[in-house]
Amino acid sequence: MSSSYELAAVLLVVAATVFIGAFGLRLSRTTSDFYVASRTVSPLWNASAIGGEYLSAASFLGIAGLVLVHGADMLWLPVGWAGGYLILLVLVSAPLRRSGAYTLPDFAEARLESMRVRRTASVLVILIGWLYLMPQFQSAGLVLRTLVDVPVWMGGLLVASVVTVNVLSGGMRSITFVQAFQYWLKLTALAVPVVFLLLAWRADGAPGIADQDWLLPLEGSRDHPVYATYSLILATFLGTMGLPHVLVRFYTNPDGRAARRTTLAVLSLLGMFYLLPALYGALGRIYAPDLAATGGGDAVVLTLPGRVIGGMAGDLLGALVTAGAFAAFLSTSSGLTVSVAGVLAQDILGGGVRSFRLATLIAVVVPLALAAAARSLPVADVVGLAFAVAASSFCPLLVLGVWWRRLTETGALAGLLVGGGLACGAVIWTIASGPLDGWQGALLAEPAAWTVPIAFGVMVATSLLTPGRIPAGVARTMVRLHAPEALDVDRGDWRPRRS
Amino acid sequence: MEAAIAAFVLAVLIGVPAVVLFRILRGRRDLGSPVDRATFETLHTASLAAPPLRSGLTAHGAEKSARHLWALLGSAAVAITDAERLLAWEGAGERHAGAALAHAKDTLTGGRTQVLGPDAVACEDLDCPVRYAVVVPLTTDDRVVGTLVAYGTQASAGLVRAAEEVGRWVDAQLELAELDRSRSMLMEAEVRALRAQISPHFIYNSLTTIASFVRTDPERARELLLEFADFTRYSFRRNADFTTLAEELRGIDRYLLIERARFGGDRLQVTLRIAPEVLPVALPFLCLQPLVENAVRHGLEGKSGVGRITIVAEDVGAECLISVEDDGVGMDPEGMRRVLSGEGPQGMGVGLANVDERLRQVYGDAYGLVVETAVESGMKVSLRVPKYRPGVSAA
Repeated sequence: MSSSYELAAVLLVVAATVFIGAFGLRLSRTTSDFYVASRTVSPLWNASAIGGEYLSAASFLGIAGLVLVHGADMLWLPVGWAGGYLILLVLVSAPLRRSGAYTLPDFAEARLESMRVRRTASVLVILIGWLYLMPQFQSAGLVLRTLVDVPVWMGGLLVASVVTVNVLSGGMRSITFVQAFQYWLKLTALAVPVVFLLLAWRADGAPGIADQDWLLPLEGSRDHPVYATYSLILATFLGTMGLPHVLVRFYTNPDGRAARRTTLAVLSLLGMFYLLPALYGALGRIYAPDLAATGGGDAVVLTLPGRVIGGMAGDLLGALVTAGAFAAFLSTSSGLTVSVAGVLAQDILGGGVRSFRLATLIAVVVPLALAAAARSLPVADVVGLAFAVAASSFCPLLVLGVWWRRLTETGALAGLLVGGGLACGAVIWTIASGPLDGWQGALLAEPAAWTVPIAFGVMVATSLLTPGRIPAGVARTMVRLHAPEALDVDRGDWRPRRS
Repeated sequence: MEAAIAAFVLAVLIGVPAVVLFRILRGRRDLGSPVDRATFETLHTASLAAPPLRSGLTAHGAEKSARHLWALLGSAAVAITDAERLLAWEGAGERHAGAALAHAKDTLTGGRTQVLGPDAVACEDLDCPVRYAVVVPLTTDDRVVGTLVAYGTQASAGLVRAAEEVGRWVDAQLELAELDRSRSMLMEAEVRALRAQISPHFIYNSLTTIASFVRTDPERARELLLEFADFTRYSFRRNADFTTLAEELRGIDRYLLIERARFGGDRLQVTLRIAPEVLPVALPFLCLQPLVENAVRHGLEGKSGVGRITIVAEDVGAECLISVEDDGVGMDPEGMRRVLSGEGPQGMGVGLANVDERLRQVYGDAYGLVVETAVESGMKVSLRVPKYRPGVSAA
């Protein structure tokens, strides 16, 4: 049975993750190594860790699947997911790090000096996190089912348990290095098989693709392709900065400059990775077009090595890809779980180690239940929806918060509620009712093109209408956000917190 | 599947408001007689008016609470002024708002309740309900800081009485606001006063240690002196209350170098287990060094043989967990409790108590030191530091 290699690979990844979490990499140092111990994580390590956490099942499996089914239009997906970091680099990365915020609610509180905005941001972070976790669990189930004959929810449960055990046992102690390793594992798992696949393709006489609808942009099988494409671009470029697990990693940078350098490194690492899924999609169109018809697009990356190369080599390469897929589920899920649990513990359960443990359980169980209950859409589509929610709530908050002095508490609150609310509504509708036809379907399935401008508009307009609610310390905050750390300026003092 | 989801969504959409409504209605039923209900309503209105006033007499707060004070008084209109301008107008006859400060003038200077008649207040419009005004002073510390003006078609004794009572109630709220302000100022001052200092013992011990090397090993003495200078520069820094964990660790390194020279290199073994993710965490300046110093002094000085100190910093969600552990002589837990609450013998564990106090000041009472110890079984001091707290930044 050919799936035994793949099963072994999955078990190996799972076992390695648990083992590293439980025993390994406890960086113990003795007396003379103070200097080494107090050295912060370098931008390249940090960037690898961000890449490891960011490249989810949607990137690893989903993009190739959507390219296979819908053709050239879907190339915007990898472009956008990498390009989001460009916007992050230019507009927010350094000021965000200088704000000292660890989570998005922290930033909201730092900038707007309001607990109400903070709590709203917390709720949104949790919603986005769950929306992002749900498809990870779902596709873990799908992948596991292609290997062993078990119900779909088993795979999700497996990933969820490994993540929970790891986080709870304190295994995330060396999380940066584990996640950095996961990035390189994922890159290898896609890059090595693709070399063999391309060789096999050459040996096969390099067959081309005749289907012009698939090859040309805006000719694909989706309705209203122009609108959908622009909406996708907006959601992915602007949504990245609002993802809870991205910001959390930036805290590890010692200062704003390091944050910028890290973002630059992330851009190159992701750019490198995102070349590959498109190749899988194109090869899949040649060798596995039947997957597009049966709706199994997400499986294309996993099945190609077996189909094209076959034999022992195909099995081994298939096993490598499957291991990469599980690495993707595990790393993204643990990153998200840690950040959602952090926000849950701090803002809802009142802080402390015990509430962090409880929060970890809640953070995992809810999306697991959702994954079992909700219909199964293509994984990249659901993740795209999470990006749309982030783009229409946190993007305006971050961009205006960093660059516009006149943002007020009321404005921020109104923008978050209206933008986040509309996007969430569209998401729930899409997931609950399935894809609709016509304009209605396009607007709901790709909401970013209308929710993002509305969110910005509401935030700006409400802020202009309530000039009295500009936070008292806005000048200080702006100095703190924008002045380089080396500059000796008055950044304000600590004051007792008022609730 | 679809039907199940639809049913679930529907159940949530209908169920939650239904439960809320049920609670409200049930709450209503238990309220008792009409008099009781009126009392509760008044108290509720008063409780609504209170929070906006807790930040003092500001335009924003006055505007918010004026709405409720107006309901409380039941007059045609209510105005709130501070000493210079009108802060809020609630109720009918908005066009009189411009004159409110003029109405308040006498009370602001005299500090007494005034009743103004139609000649001073009313306009040409005979239907306008703003004809009489009752002006009540708002005082804090015997100083008139503003006025509360109640307008009505007539100045009945009831309205005057009610306005005076409401004015007094507002006074109380403003005084609470003043209290809040002084309390937070006090907290800031305390943090300044508690600013960490290195212990005099350490200075003395370092200098004698260095002195002992001057003849035998001048080069070593010079190095130690430079380390000592670096450490003092770090600890005398005055421009910031906070530092990063990485900086603090470097400070501890210098400190330990000198201590190791004093005890001899092999008697002191230090193990570090630091998650690199928490190195940029901002924490109160010199809040770990005293813990290490405590471990060295109480853990090592009283015993022979090798002493081990373990410093651990872990990444736990939005917080960072730091602990300093030694395998020294330990201490009676009850004695430790007394030391931390400031009742201990003079000079005992002043460093620990100071750190504990400062952590509580900055992060709240949930974030004090946790000490695990017993006689002859070492001591472990741990603390939690939130990764973000407004105003806490190392830069």
